Amino acid sequence: MLGLNKKDASLLLVVVILTMFAPFFLNPFPTESAMAQFNAGYPDLMQRFVIFGIFAIGFNLLFGLTGYLSFGHAAFLGVGSYAVVWMYKLLDYNVLPGLLLAVVVSAIFALAIGYISLRRSGIYFSILTLAFAQMMFAISYSDLIGRFLGISLTNGETGLQVYTSDPQVLLNDWETVPHLLGLIEMRSTYTLDLAGWSFDFNAGYYFCAFVMILAFYLAIRIFRSPFGLMLRAIKSNQQRLNYTGLNTRPYMLAVFVISGVYAGLAGGLMASMDPLAGAERMQWTASGEVVLMTILGGAGTLIGPVLGAGFIKYFENIFSKINENVLHTWFNFMPDGLENFVVAIIYPFIGKGWHLTLGLMFMMVVIFLPGGLVEGGQRIAKLLKRGKKDDDGANTATATKPAE
Amino acid sequence: MGILEVKNVGKRFGGLQALGDVNLSIAENTVHAIIGPNGAGKSTLLNCLVGKLIPDTGSVMFDGQSVLGRKPFEINQMGISRVFQTPEIFGDLTVLENMMIPCFAKRDGSFEMNAIGSVMGQKDIIERAEQMLEEMNMADKRGMNSASMSRGDKRRLEIGMCLSQEPRLLLLDEPTAGMARADTNNTIDLLKQIKEERDITIAIIEHDMHVVFSLSERITVLAQGTPLVEDTPDNIKGHPKVREAYLGESADQ
Repeated sequence: MLGLNKKDASLLLVVVILTMFAPFFLNPFPTESAMAQFNAGYPDLMQRFVIFGIFAIGFNLLFGLTGYLSFGHAAFLGVGSYAVVWMYKLLDYNVLPGLLLAVVVSAIFALAIGYISLRRSGIYFSILTLAFAQMMFAISYSDLIGRFLGISLTNGETGLQVYTSDPQVLLNDWETVPHLLGLIEMRSTYTLDLAGWSFDFNAGYYFCAFVMILAFYLAIRIFRSPFGLMLRAIKSNQQRLNYTGLNTRPYMLAVFVISGVYAGLAGGLMASMDPLAGAERMQWTASGEVVLMTILGGAGTLIGPVLGAGFIKYFENIFSKINENVLHTWFNFMPDGLENFVVAIIYPFIGKGWHLTLGLMFMMVVIFLPGGLVEGGQRIAKLLKRGKKDDDGANTATATKPAE
Repeated sequence: MGILEVKNVGKRFGGLQALGDVNLSIAENTVHAIIGPNGAGKSTLLNCLVGKLIPDTGSVMFDGQSVLGRKPFEINQMGISRVFQTPEIFGDLTVLENMMIPCFAKRDGSFEMNAIGSVMGQKDIIERAEQMLEEMNMADKRGMNSASMSRGDKRRLEIGMCLSQEPRLLLLDEPTAGMARADTNNTIDLLKQIKEERDITIAIIEHDMHVVFSLSERITVLAQGTPLVEDTPDNIKGHPKVREAYLGESADQ
């Protein structure tokens, strides 16, 4: 199917089902219940799941396949966002021209940064990419180039946004928010109320989900292609590859550009959901986040980065929402002294302290599951399989006896 | 004219003259061994042939074309394959995938962007790789992770990968270093078989005299960065200069 083998096709199918029915999966608790705060099925968060999924899939093409750890991928994210907002300012609120520009511009930036950074490998490569990203952050934050040219290119620390004084040459009267070809507005949401449950179906989410499925499909094809094989060979033994008559540089540059385009597309989608672009999107913390996502989910695996992105974004948004009052209501049943004690212990790990929880989880995964969440899943599957096999073995042993 | 002509090659590392003035001619379809005591410059010479090092002086011509200034992958595409002292294979890949990579390099050249087609759809490459594994007697190991093989098997795979490119010159850098006796003998047999079955020139750097004398047709003895003598194995054995510089030392061991 679609040029994929059976295993990959079923993986793609799983991803399609998960993303299409995400509004159901992510809202398992009735709206009025105490558990409702663990629901993640609201449009804003679901959009972030898939957008960061795209970002991580692209990052994994570089890091997972070749082992080159880029620490500056957020630069392309920012470039993509700026490109989309600029298209809003110049043309109108249709997202497609912006996304197209985001792809082109991030490819150009990736080509330039990759060309220089790929002269080195290992830690030096990481540092070079980090340096570029931080330079781009600083330039955007102070709008250095814009000031030099006498225009507002990134609008500095305020961030780039659309003003009524912008040209917007194609703007129609009805356009006030980002939309797709005038067919549907990104923010439009249909809410389905079903016996206490409430499910949101957001146009923007489905648009991003569609792009992510496309990106995921393309990633599978790259993984299974001769090009992907060469990238894995680069990770395995670059020396042998050079002495086998293969030039590693163009392979590396190609995958760096592809990976940068994925990031640019993700950044563009962010601005497609919310017509803003700020320099903080390029900061090194954002670059670090995608590294965490990929490693947490399982670097070098197909589904890992998507899982990692979802995992981190879920905890970022859900854990950070729990505050002291919520904790007190949870542990209400305890005697007062104990209640306060338990709340005091847990408090540092929630709310603004969710990074602490993330850090602990990351440590656990890296130490006990070096292959990430995917390895965890594989181990569970293996255990289940073995249990089943033992059962089968026992059954056949008893069953064959009378037959003899 | 040999297939490989090395003329007046010199290489200096700081205060150390690693290669003095090396002249070497390797005739087509022969097995030519380069021997010498530790520090004689054997590996430096080899690295100058494959593009890892650029000599300070002199010229290296392969089949009438200069290799100097070319990158290792370009030199390989000219028809020189190299086997390393420790087997260099793609440890994360399966044996079959290992064998497919040189087949791709042979068919598509140094770079080919095919990111959409499936590897498993490349029937001609798979066929060629499997045939090569068959010739190396490794067909049963095709799905194995190559890192988990024995050293002898890794060497066999590496040689097979080099041969699948149909090189005109095969360079071997101490192919039996660190091997058990049985693996060493297997490797010798394999190289003998290659020599008989193919039109190929083999240059071999080796410490093990047993390997050198059972394979080579010509021997160059290198000492302190300059060739001492070049002759047939029988003459080398009795050569007083060689005994003094090299064989006497190893006979004591």
